[in-house]
Amino acid sequence: MSVEIVCAGTSWGGLFALRTLLHGFGDDFPLPVVLVQHRHRDSNALLVDLLQECTALPVSEAEDKEPVTGGRVFVAPPNYHLLVDDGHFALNTDPPLRFSRPSIDVTLDAVAESYGRRAAGLILTGANDDGAEGLRRLADLGGTAVVQDPAESEMPTMPLAALRRVPDAVRLPLERIPGYFRTILKLAPLPGDQRPPAASRRVREPNPEAR
Amino acid sequence: MTLDTPVAYDPELERLEIELLMEGVYRHYGFDFRSYAYSSLRRRLWKRIRAEGLASVTALQERVLHDPPVMERLLDDLSVNVTAMFRDPAFYLALRTTVIPMLRTYPFLRIWHAGCATGEEVVSMAVLLEEEGLYERTRIYATDINETVLLRARSGIFPLDRMQEYTENYIRAGGTRSFSEYYTAKYDGALFNPALLRNVVYSQHNLVTDRSFSEFHLILCRNVLIYFDKSLQNRVHNLFYESLVNFGILGLGSKEALRFSRFEECYEQVAPPEKLYRKVR
Repeated sequence: MSVEIVCAGTSWGGLFALRTLLHGFGDDFPLPVVLVQHRHRDSNALLVDLLQECTALPVSEAEDKEPVTGGRVFVAPPNYHLLVDDGHFALNTDPPLRFSRPSIDVTLDAVAESYGRRAAGLILTGANDDGAEGLRRLADLGGTAVVQDPAESEMPTMPLAALRRVPDAVRLPLERIPGYFRTILKLAPLPGDQRPPAASRRVREPNPEAR
Repeated sequence: MTLDTPVAYDPELERLEIELLMEGVYRHYGFDFRSYAYSSLRRRLWKRIRAEGLASVTALQERVLHDPPVMERLLDDLSVNVTAMFRDPAFYLALRTTVIPMLRTYPFLRIWHAGCATGEEVVSMAVLLEEEGLYERTRIYATDINETVLLRARSGIFPLDRMQEYTENYIRAGGTRSFSEYYTAKYDGALFNPALLRNVVYSQHNLVTDRSFSEFHLILCRNVLIYFDKSLQNRVHNLFYESLVNFGILGLGSKEALRFSRFEECYEQVAPPEKLYRKVR
C-alpha cells in the first residue's frame, strides 16, 4: 500500500483535532496534507496561524492551480470548494453542499478521483454528516479510509455518519492516527509527548454550523 | 479486461466519456467547454445527469445531442457562476483605498468586468465609483458568455433576502452611506436605482473564443478563471494583458494567483494580499 496524499475533514471541535494531527505527523512528514474545516465564509488567516504553531511543515490556504506538494499542509479556503486536478489544486464557487462550502464531500471525492488507491481520507470530530459520502467514494476507489473513534470525538456526529457509510474504515482515537500513517509510510516513531503545544492565544472555537 | 463482464466504475473511462461529450457539444452547438477545469466540470455534469434522471455521461451525451432543451439546461449548469455584492469586502476596500487613487489620474475610465454573471459585482463597482466621485467619467463594460444572466443583470433586480449580507459586506468594504439608499424593496426583489447602471454596457462575450474589444484601465475577472484549465487560463491572461493600458490594473478572486500563470513577471501586486495587479511591463 502506498499512500501519496492525506485529506482530513472536520467541523465542530476541528481546531484542536487538527492541531493534534499535525503535531503528531511530525516535521518530516513527506506527503501533502489537505485539511477541510467548516468555517464562516469571511474567516481570516487565524486558522492557518494556529495550525502553523503545531508543525514545521509550511501551512497555507490552497490557491487555484497551486501544485500539490509533499511536506506541506494545505487548508481549504473559506467560501470555496477545494478540488484537485492533475497534480494541482482547483477551486470553485459552486453552491454549498449540505450547507457547507468548503464541502468535505467535494474534496474527498476529487482526491479519490485523482489518486485512487493512493489516497487516504480521514474524518474527524464534527456536528453534521458531511464527508461520509466522500469517504465512501474514496474507499470504493481503493483508498485508505480512517475515522476518528466517535467515543472520544468532541462531536461524534460526523465520525458516526462516516462509519455508517464506510463500516470497514480504520477506526482510531485521535492520538493514534498520526502514528498509523507514520507506520504505513515506514517513518520512525516520534519520541516524547504527542500532545500539541498550547495555543498561543485564547481561542474560543466558534460553532462552525452557525452560519 | 474481458469483454463479457461489465466494467466497474473507472475514472479513466469516465474522462474519455466527458471528453467525447464536450467534443460533441462543441462540434454540434459551438459551445467550447473542452478546456474547462476537469474536476469542477465533472461535478457540474453529474448534477445535470442526475437532474435528467440519467445514469452516465454517455446517456447525457445522447440526450444533449438529440434534444436541444437539454443542451440549454446543461449550458446554464456549465456557464452560470454564483456571485455576491462586495464579495470579499477586503478586496473592495483595497480597490477604494489603493486603486481608486491610481485611477483618478485618468480623464476617462474604461472598466471591463469579464464574466459578470448576474451583475452583483458590477453594481458594487458602480456604487464604489459613485461614492468616490469617479462614476461620471467611467464606462463599465460588463460581459458574460451567458445571455440569460445578462438579462437578469440588466434588470437591476436582485434577491431581497441577500440584502442584509450585502449591506454587511458594503460596510466592511468602506461604504460611506446607507446601502438601502441604492435600492427599493418590491415584493421579494431589490430594484437598484437605474441611474446607478447608466454607464454600464452589458454584452455577450466569450473569453474562450472572442478577442479583446478595447483598451481598459481596470479589468475585473473574479472566480471565473478557476473554472478553466491551465492552458485556457494562460490564454485568457494573455487576452487581459493585451487589453490593459500600461499600468492598468487586473483584479482576480481572492484565491486566484498570477504566480501559477505565465504572466507573473508582467505585473506587480499593488495591495497584498488582495489579488490586485498592476501591469508594469
